[in-house]
Amino acid sequence: MTQHPLISVKNLNVHIDGHHILKGVNINIPDKSVTSIIGPSGCGKTTLLKTFNRLLDDTANVKVSGSVLVSDEDIYAPDAEVTHIRKKMGLLSQRPYPLPMSIYDNVAYGPRIHGVRKKSELDAIVEKQLKDTSLWSEVKDRLHGPAAKLSIGQQQRLCLARGLAVEPEIILGDESTSALDPISTHKIEDLFVRLKEKYTIVLVTHILRQARRISDYIIFVYMGEIIEFGPTEEVLLNPREELTKQYVKGFIS
Amino acid sequence: MLILSIASVSFVFLIGIGLYWRAAPLFNENTLYSLFRSSEWAPSSGKFGFYPFIMGTLWVTLIAIVVALPLCLLTGVYLTEYAKSSVRRVMLPLVNILAGIPPVIYGVWGIFFVVPIVREYVAPRFTEYSSGYTVLTGGVVLAVMIFPILVSIVSEVLKTIPKELKDASLSLGATKWETIKKVVLKRALPGIIAATVLAVSRAFGETIAVLMVCGNVPVAPTSVFDGGYPLPALIANNFGEMMSIPLYDSALMFAALLLFVIIFLFNLVSRIILNRIEHKYSS
Amino acid sequence: MGIKKRKTEETIFKALMVLACIMVGSSLFLIVGTIVVKGLPYLTWDMVSKIPQGGFYIGEEGGVLNAIIGSLYLAGGATVLGLCISIPISIYLNIYLKRGSFLSKSAKLAFDVLFGIPSIVYGAFAFSIMIWMGVRASLLGGVIAVTLLIIPILVRTLDEVIATVPKELKHAALSLGATRWEAAKVILRQIRPGIYTAVLLAFGRGIGDVASVLFTAGFSDNIPIYIDEPAATLPLAIFFQLSSPIPEVQGRAYASALILTIIILVIVVVSHFIAAKQTKHNI
Repeated sequence: MTQHPLISVKNLNVHIDGHHILKGVNINIPDKSVTSIIGPSGCGKTTLLKTFNRLLDDTANVKVSGSVLVSDEDIYAPDAEVTHIRKKMGLLSQRPYPLPMSIYDNVAYGPRIHGVRKKSELDAIVEKQLKDTSLWSEVKDRLHGPAAKLSIGQQQRLCLARGLAVEPEIILGDESTSALDPISTHKIEDLFVRLKEKYTIVLVTHILRQARRISDYIIFVYMGEIIEFGPTEEVLLNPREELTKQYVKGFIS
Repeated sequence: MLILSIASVSFVFLIGIGLYWRAAPLFNENTLYSLFRSSEWAPSSGKFGFYPFIMGTLWVTLIAIVVALPLCLLTGVYLTEYAKSSVRRVMLPLVNILAGIPPVIYGVWGIFFVVPIVREYVAPRFTEYSSGYTVLTGGVVLAVMIFPILVSIVSEVLKTIPKELKDASLSLGATKWETIKKVVLKRALPGIIAATVLAVSRAFGETIAVLMVCGNVPVAPTSVFDGGYPLPALIANNFGEMMSIPLYDSALMFAALLLFVIIFLFNLVSRIILNRIEHKYSS
Repeated sequence: MGIKKRKTEETIFKALMVLACIMVGSSLFLIVGTIVVKGLPYLTWDMVSKIPQGGFYIGEEGGVLNAIIGSLYLAGGATVLGLCISIPISIYLNIYLKRGSFLSKSAKLAFDVLFGIPSIVYGAFAFSIMIWMGVRASLLGGVIAVTLLIIPILVRTLDEVIATVPKELKHAALSLGATRWEAAKVILRQIRPGIYTAVLLAFGRGIGDVASVLFTAGFSDNIPIYIDEPAATLPLAIFFQLSSPIPEVQGRAYASALILTIIILVIVVVSHFIAAKQTKHNI
C-alpha cells in the first residue's frame, strides 16, 4: 500500500446490548480510492461503517473502544467535535431519505447549517452539486418542488448531492444501491467511480459483482472480524484465506 | 356480534340525531345566527344567546393549549430523543396516572392551588382585583388535564420518524437539536397538529373541573382575569331546573349538540390524520 | 453561525426540555399533594363507614359510605354491562372481519370518535333516553350513562390488547380445524390479563366521572338497594359538599376527594403491574 491511509482504525471493539459486534478491528483505508466492505449479513459491516462518522453515538447501550483516526485525528478522542467529524463524511444510506423539504433546500441544508447565508453562494453550491450528480438537467425546472416527488433513483442521487454540498473528504455508502433499479444503480456506480478522484469512498455492499466493478480495495468481514483486506482482484480472484474463498464462491452467505 | 358492531358505528349518528331531536324546538323560535351572536341569556323570558358561552369555551380552550402545547412538545421531544430509558420508565407511568385522575380532583386542586396563585400573585400584577376564579385558572387546570393526551400522542408520532432520516441530517454535521428543529418536527407536523386538535376537543368538552374554577359568569370575557362560562358548565349547572321553563331544555340540548358536532368533527379529522401516519410509516 | 453558538442553542433547549419534563411530571405530585394535605386532617373512620346522619350537611355526624358504595355499584355495573357489549364487538372486529374491510375501518374510526365525546354529552344523551323511556334519575340511569361512556374505552383497549396476540396463534388455532368461535376463545384466554387492565381502566374512568352521572344517577343519602333508586356517587358528593359554606362540610369534601384519589391510585398501580406482568409473559 503506497498511498497514505486516510482512515486508520486501531484495535476497534464495539459492543451493542452486550453483544460483541466488532472484534479488535485494525484497518487502514487508502486515500482517493473506492474501498468495499463485503461479508455476510449481520457480520458487522454497517456497524463498522457507522463507527467512521460516530453515528452509533445515539444508539442505546453501545460501547466503543479503540481508536479511529481520520487524517491523523482521533475521532473518538474526548475533545473531538462530532459535528465537525460528520461534516467531513457524506453518508448515503440504503434507501434514499430526502429531508422533508424542497430539492433546493435539501442540497442547501448542510451549507446553511454550517453558516452559508448568501443566496448567490447557495445557488452556486446547489447548481454545482446537482450537476456533479447528473441531476441538474432533470430537476432544474422544479428546484423548489418537494424532494419526495422525485423517483427513488433521483432521490438517491439528490442525497449524494446533499452530502457533497458540505464538502466532505469521505463518502460512506451503506448498500446505497440496494433499493434501486439496475439503471439507477448503474448511474450511482458511475458517480462513485468519477468521484473517487476527489473523495475517498467506503462502501458496504453485499453484491460481489458490484464490489468488483467499482472498488479498488476490498475488506472482507466475518463475524465481526476482518478476515482479509487487499486490492479487489486479489481478494476476489485469489483469496489468501479459506473463509474468503468460501464466501466468494458462495458457500457462506 | 355483527349487529352489535353495526349498532356501535351507527351509535355516533344516533347521539347526534337524538340531541338534534331534543334541541329542535329551539330552532322554531330562533335562527342559528341569532343563537350564536346574541349575548342575552334570559331563559325565563325565552332569550337564548350563546355568544358568552361560546366565547367562554374558546378562551379557556385557547389558554389551555397555549400553556400545554409548548410544554408537551418539549417533554415529548425530550422523552423520545434525549432521555435515558430510565427517565422514560419513570415519566410514562406518571403521565398515565395523570390521565387517570378524575376531573373533580383536578377541580379541587384548581380551587386550592391555582385559584389562590392567580388571585394573590398573578392577577394583582396586571389588574385591580380578581377573585381568582377566571378563565386563566380554568385554562391552567385544563392544560394540566390535557398533558397526558398531548405527551403520549406527540411521543407516538415522534417515534414514527425513521432513524435514517435523522442520521441523514446528523451526518451532514447538524447537531441533534438542529436535526430535531429542522427535520424531525417538520416531518412530524401533521401528527402534532392532529394531537393538538384532539387535545383541543378534549378541552372543549371538559365540564366539572372547569366549572369549579372559572367563575361561571355569563358574560363574554375580555381579559384572562375575567370569569367565563363555558358551554359544558352551562349544561351541568342548569340541568336541574330546565324542565320548568319552556324551551330551556331545548337550549341546553342545543349546547350539547354544539359540543357534540364540534368534537365529532375535530376527532374525525385528527384520527384520520393519525391513522394515515401510522399506516404510512408502520409498514 | 459558529459551532459554539449552535451548541449553546442546543444546551438552552435541552434545559428547557428538562424543565418542561419536570413540570409535567411534578404536576401529578402537586395535585395528589394538595389533595392529601387538604383531605388528611378530615379523613376519619366515620367518613368511610357511615352514611350521612341527620344534620350531616350542616356539619354533624356521618360519612360518605353512601357515595362510596353508590360509586362502586355504578362503576361496577357499568363495567360489567360494558364488557358484555365490548368483548363481542372487539372479537368480531378483530377475528371475524378482514382487516381493512369497510366495516372494520369505520368501526375503528367510530370508536376513536366516541372515545373523544365528552362525558357531559353522554350524560345529556342518556338523560334524553331516560325521559323517552320514562326512567327517573336512578342507579339504572347512571349505569346507562356510564356504560355509554366506557364502551369506547373498553373497545379501544381490548383492540390494542388483541393486536398484540401473535397472528400465528390465530392461524394455528384455525388450521387445527377450530372454528372461528373456538379460535376466539383461545385468544380470549391469551389476553385475559389485558382484559383485566381494560376493566380497571374503564372502572377508574367510571368511578371518577361526574358530568355523566350529574343528571342521570340522582343523589341519595341512603345506600341504594334496588336499581331504580337514586344513588349517590363519590365525585358528586365532593362537588356538592364543596359548594357548602360550612367549613366542616367542606372538609368532608376534601376527605372525599382523598378517598377518591386513593381508589384511583390503587386502580392505576394495580393495572400497571398487571400490564407489566403481561408483557413479561408475552416476550
